[in-house]
Amino acid sequence: MTQSDPRFHVPAPHVRPGDTPDFSHIQIPPAGEAKRPAVDVAGPETMDLALGLVRVLDHNHQAVGEWDPKLDADVLREGLKHMVLTRVYDDRMLKLQRQGKMSFYMKSTGEEAVAVAAAMALDKGDMVFPSYRQQGILFARGRDIVEMMCHCISNSRDNLKGRQLPVHYTWAEGNFFSISGNLTTQFPQAVGYAMACQFKGESQIAASWIGEGSSAEGDFHGALVLASTYKAPVILNVVNNQWAISTFQGIAGGQAPTFAMKGQGYGLATLRIDGNDFLAVYAATQWAAERARAGHGATVIESYTYRADAHSTSDDPSGYRPKGEGEQWPLGDPVERLKNHLIGLGEWDEERHEALEKELNELVIASYKEAESHGTLHDGPLSPVSSMFEDVYAEPDWRLRRQRQDLGV
Amino acid sequence: MAKMNMIQALNSALDNMMEKDPNVVSFGEDAGYFGGVFRVTAGLQAKYGLDRSFDAPINEAAIVAMSIGMAAKGMRPVAEIQFADYIFPGIDQIVSELSRLRYRTAGQFTMPVTIRTPCGGGIRGGQTHSMSPEAFFTHIPGIQVIMPSNPYDAKGLLISAIESEDPVVFFEPKRLYNGPFDGDPGKALSSWGAHPKGEVPEDHYTLPIGKAQIVREGSELTIVTYGTLVHVAEAAVAASGVDAEIIDLRTLVPYDIETVSKSVNKTGRCIVAQEAPRTSGFGAELAAQIQEDCFYALEAPVKRITGWDTPYPHAHEWSYFPGLNRFTTAIRDILEA
Repeated sequence: MTQSDPRFHVPAPHVRPGDTPDFSHIQIPPAGEAKRPAVDVAGPETMDLALGLVRVLDHNHQAVGEWDPKLDADVLREGLKHMVLTRVYDDRMLKLQRQGKMSFYMKSTGEEAVAVAAAMALDKGDMVFPSYRQQGILFARGRDIVEMMCHCISNSRDNLKGRQLPVHYTWAEGNFFSISGNLTTQFPQAVGYAMACQFKGESQIAASWIGEGSSAEGDFHGALVLASTYKAPVILNVVNNQWAISTFQGIAGGQAPTFAMKGQGYGLATLRIDGNDFLAVYAATQWAAERARAGHGATVIESYTYRADAHSTSDDPSGYRPKGEGEQWPLGDPVERLKNHLIGLGEWDEERHEALEKELNELVIASYKEAESHGTLHDGPLSPVSSMFEDVYAEPDWRLRRQRQDLGV
Repeated sequence: MAKMNMIQALNSALDNMMEKDPNVVSFGEDAGYFGGVFRVTAGLQAKYGLDRSFDAPINEAAIVAMSIGMAAKGMRPVAEIQFADYIFPGIDQIVSELSRLRYRTAGQFTMPVTIRTPCGGGIRGGQTHSMSPEAFFTHIPGIQVIMPSNPYDAKGLLISAIESEDPVVFFEPKRLYNGPFDGDPGKALSSWGAHPKGEVPEDHYTLPIGKAQIVREGSELTIVTYGTLVHVAEAAVAASGVDAEIIDLRTLVPYDIETVSKSVNKTGRCIVAQEAPRTSGFGAELAAQIQEDCFYALEAPVKRITGWDTPYPHAHEWSYFPGLNRFTTAIRDILEA
């Protein structure tokens, strides 16, 4: 690329399509190295944790160091199950989208631990304000798969009456806030929610997730200012999956050493964690939740991970990053790593894993059959057209009544 | 009943609501300890405590977002945006989030949020403290838009806004805070003390959202307006000696088409007046709807009185402001048409 003045700077990734994947510039500290401070530590004292990387699972798949949450094998197996289900569901939904069964889909492949482990470390009553790649939370919280699918195919049973793009779930009963397509808007909202929890004297907290790319939004700054000023009980997660559609993380990160470091400017507690390490995500969320619940304020967590698949079904990563980059990701695959950890503990084996995958695959296929029995976007039945005019306000005013009449519904 | 200016009436509404409902909180830039640059929230922190009335950082997007989060947790936030001109950093949170949450969640989350903001010119505020940006907000499905023209309406409508289950952008014409204004800047300031609408009950009361008020009944002409220009219209009608009906819309979304159509069908002539720039202003919506609903009764084209399509100037404020002359000229023209 030519440029007129070498002082004008546009960062670029190390490699592009056609190049050999190369992550040699990424420093990976050994698992178990990071110290785990008391949850009441002052934010600025967590600066080293913003620059390091909290890792629990080592290269032999053993849990090491102070951050090991020491979970029962049952909890680990449950986590593995939710992650496998997330992956199986995503794979099936992608196929269905390619068959024209839905307009759009977004997978979370490679990022299952970020959502599932966090959801399991939170209380089910805690309010989550996710972005569009944390469907793992829904599985961890026991959301009915048929209901999720009915939303994605916008049929007559879609709990959002066909008003939202697929994957933009809402589940109030499960304390899962509405997902917006406008990025980072939910970050300061989560802080407001957390403030209200404190205002009402409840122990509930809030957690939110954005991508590293959208941390460039003004709402990121607003959220951190609010969280810091009002010492809100909230966990602010930045999922650094390296790619914002086609844009590499350096376009949002600039010269900041890490995304977690940005929290230091606000005096918040900051953790940078291995997002493909179920135990690290669990432990970090548990720490931040305990800190928030005890009134010590917010934590910014950067989950270092890799978006192993396309941004969405409308995206083709071969246009901007080398093929096979995901397989070279130095932090591995979150499902494989937890699986191997369990096997190492003697609490799991390949046969059981295969059986689990088969069982979940059958569940997803059967769920889709049931979902489809309530209609599809293509063939209906959908929510009645008249429902388009509902829920704009508590009661439709004369304009909406007239417009509904104009449409003849 | 007590004599109140608009600031006191709004303060009284907040006071009543904070006393009545522990989920009502008030916040904004300088709106806590100090009570707001226009003093609308004065005394609330002292009376209700820091957690009910507090200062917010200078970030309008964060102020709106905080309101959304709080409303999701069952609170009724009342956020102050210091000047309507400053509301734009918060526009994404209003347009993409606040307005749509009921809809996009199919009623699982509702947003009883009130955003109060002083608007309009006539106070030598220059282009960044004089805007009337109400039309932007009337174009957002899911938002209700209110602009009162006097203390009595301001209190009743603010209470209705806070009690509403849907979000409201509540514009306070700041030129009217301390007294009615007939459009003549050369005259001594008048106070609300002598105005019938300056009589305001101290107790809780509501006025219906979506109901206009006929300020003056008349037969020759209908003037539809809101906010500061209601008073200019009254002065102009008195000066012209014309028997005009003046309608104060009070609510812009949803506006009271019934009262407007009935009046225009009776008089056959209509002027719509707004302080905001002309193009795509709320007057354009009114004119179009009146034309649809009253076409066969109209004896002249609907006429618009508006600000110019320029930013609100500082030095030439009174050439920009749609004052008495613009009204009397328009009245003469439409009667001759």
